[in-house]
Amino acid sequence: MSLLAVENLSVAFPGHVAVREVSFAIEPGETLALVGESGCGKSVTAFSVMRLLPPNARIVSGRILFEGADLLAASAPEMRSIRGKQVSLIQQEPMTSLNPVLSIGAQIGEVIRHHDKLSHRATRARSIELLDLVSIPDAHRRIDDYPHNLSGGMRQRVMIAMAVACGPKLLIADEPTTALDVTTQAQVLDLLDDLRRKLSMAVLLITHDLGVVAQWADRINVMYAGRIVEQAGIEPFFARPMHPYSRGLLGARVDVDADEHYSANRLSEIPGSVGSAMGEAGCPFAPRCPLVEASCRAAPPPLLAFEAGRRVACPVTLAASSELRDILPPPSYGGGAPEGGGGGRQHKRFSNISDLKSAGTPTGALPPRPSRAPPPYDGGGKL
Amino acid sequence: MSVEAGKLADFGNRAAQPRKGRRLRAFLRNPTFVAGVIILSFFVLLALFADLLFPGDPLDMVGPPVLWPGESVEFPLGTDSLGRDVLAGLVHGARASLLVGLSAAAIGLAIGMVVGAAAGFFGGWVDTLLMRVVELFQTTPTFLLVVVIVAIGEPTMQTIALAIGIASWPTVARLVRAQFRSLREADFVMAARSLGYSNLRIIAQEILPNALPPVIVAASVMIANAILTEAGLSFLNMRDANVVSWGGMIGNGRDLLRTAWFLTALPGVAIAAAVLSLNLVGDGLNEILNPRSDP
Repeated sequence: MSLLAVENLSVAFPGHVAVREVSFAIEPGETLALVGESGCGKSVTAFSVMRLLPPNARIVSGRILFEGADLLAASAPEMRSIRGKQVSLIQQEPMTSLNPVLSIGAQIGEVIRHHDKLSHRATRARSIELLDLVSIPDAHRRIDDYPHNLSGGMRQRVMIAMAVACGPKLLIADEPTTALDVTTQAQVLDLLDDLRRKLSMAVLLITHDLGVVAQWADRINVMYAGRIVEQAGIEPFFARPMHPYSRGLLGARVDVDADEHYSANRLSEIPGSVGSAMGEAGCPFAPRCPLVEASCRAAPPPLLAFEAGRRVACPVTLAASSELRDILPPPSYGGGAPEGGGGGRQHKRFSNISDLKSAGTPTGALPPRPSRAPPPYDGGGKL
Repeated sequence: MSVEAGKLADFGNRAAQPRKGRRLRAFLRNPTFVAGVIILSFFVLLALFADLLFPGDPLDMVGPPVLWPGESVEFPLGTDSLGRDVLAGLVHGARASLLVGLSAAAIGLAIGMVVGAAAGFFGGWVDTLLMRVVELFQTTPTFLLVVVIVAIGEPTMQTIALAIGIASWPTVARLVRAQFRSLREADFVMAARSLGYSNLRIIAQEILPNALPPVIVAASVMIANAILTEAGLSFLNMRDANVVSWGGMIGNGRDLLRTAWFLTALPGVAIAAAVLSLNLVGDGLNEILNPRSDP
C-alpha cells in the first residue's frame, strides 16, 4: 500500500479549475518531486493533502488516501491530529513562517507538547536535540533566540525541525528553498534528504527547479496547467524526457559543461505562455506544442503507461516512440537548440546513478542514498 | 580608520549584550516615554501611600473653610468650603482616579479583545454580526452611554468603572479585529495550522501576542480617557459620595469658582498631568513597540 495515494483529485476556485484529475502515489521513504511552473496547481495539490486550502477553494472530486484512510472524509479534529504528527508541511517563506514574538524554543516545544504529552524539561531537551538534528550550532544557546536573530537558512532549519518534531511519515516541502540562496539551498536539501533517511519519512518535494529535482528526488511528476503530464523515475526522466513539455523544459536549460553561453547560443525556449491553456478543450499544452496534431485538440489526453513506472499524457509522443524506441529526436523548438543536445547529454550526466533505490523501499532503516553526481546546477533549469 | 574600528567594537558590544538589556535601553532612550513614566509613577506612588502620607479620612473637616494655598503651614494647598484639606484630597483622589481608570480600561480591553479577535479571525457572519453590535455602541455618544448606565445603577466606583468599560470596548474591538484580519493570513498562522493547532490555540498563542503592541498603546490612552470620564461624571454629581476623587473636588469647588479658583484649578492640574503622562507613555510605547523603529 502506498503511503499517500492521491486519486483523481480536482480542485476548483471560483472561476477556474486549479487542479484537474491529478493522481499520484508516494511510497514510504521516497522523495517524489512535483514540478511545474507557477500557477500550475502544485501547491494547491499539496495544500489539498493537508486540507488547508483557502476557504474559496473546493475539492470537486477525488480521494486522498493516507495509509488507506481518506483524508477528505476525516473530521476536523482527526485532521488536526494528522497535521504535524503524520503529515507535515514546510513552506517556502522561512522569513515569515515563524512567529516573530516567540522564541524558537517555545515554538518547537509547542509542537512537541501539542502532539506528545511531555514535561517541560523533556520538551526542552527534545527541542535542543531537534535543533542539533537540523545542524544548528550551539543549539542549547540558540534555543532562546527569536526568529529575527536567525538567518533565512537557519529559520528554514527551524521550520524543518518543527515539521519533523513528531516524526511525520510524510513531509510536504512546498518550494522549501526558493527564498534561499544557492549554497544554503543545497545545505537545506541535503539536510532534508538526511532526515528522510534517519526518520524514514517520505518527502513530497514541490519545486520548479529541475536542478533540485535531479539531485534530490527519486521520482518526478511534471504538472502543466493543473494536470500531471508525465510521471517517471529520475534517471529515465532526465535521460529521455517524453512529454513535449518536459522536453521543452530540459531543452531550456543552460549547460555550462557544453560551453553554452547566452552570448554564443540563443537559449531554446518554449514559445507562448501557460495562459494559452485557458479555454483549451484538448491537451492544455497543445497551443505551445511543436508536435501538435488535430486529435490533440479534441480531448485532454489521459496519462498512458509507457514503461514500468512511467506514464505520459501524450499519445503523439507515445506512438512515435513505440516505433523509435531508442533514438528519440530532440524536439525542435527553433531558437537554436544545439543539435544532439537534450537526451544524450543528460543521459551521460546521470549514468553513474545506476543503483537508484527502487521506488517502494519499505519503511524502516533505509539504505544510505548512493552518492550522486555533482549537483547539476547550471544557472538554468528554473521554470 | 580608528573611528571605523571604534564603531565596529561598539557594534560588537551591543550585539553581545543580553536582549533584555537592549530593550530596557530602548525604553530609556525615549524621552517622551521617560517623562510620561516619571509623572505617572509619581501619581501611582501617591495613590499607593495615600494612607501613610495623609492618615485619616480626607473628607473630614480639619480646618477653617477656604484657606488659600500657603496661608497655613498645616494646609499647604489650602482647604475647601467645608474646611477639608485639599492636598489630602488630591492624594487620595489619585487613588480613586487611577483605580477607576485601570479597571475601566481592563473591562474595555477584555470585552474588546474577545469580540475583536473573534470577528477578525473567523470573519464571515461572525464578523458581520459582531461588527453591527460594535457600530450600535459607536453610534451612541460615549459619555451619554456612561451617564445612562450609571444613572440606572448606584453611582458607586464599581458601577462607574463598569460603565466606562462598557462604553469604551468598541474602539479596542475594531483595533484588534484589524490586527487579526491581517495576521490570520500570515505565513506563521498557516504553519501553525499545518502543525495541527486548533483555532483557539492559534488565536491565543500565535496571533494575540503579535496583535498586542497597538492594543497596549490604546490601553494607556483608554486609562486616560476613563480618568477624564470619571472626572466628568463626578462633576455632574454622579459619583460615589464616600470616595474623594479629582472630578468630585472640581465639582465641589464650582460654586466658589470666582472667589477661590484654586479649588477647581488644583484638581484640574492633577487630572491634566495624569492624562498627559498616560498619553506620553502611550506615544512612547507606540514608538518603541513599532517593529519598524529600530531600537
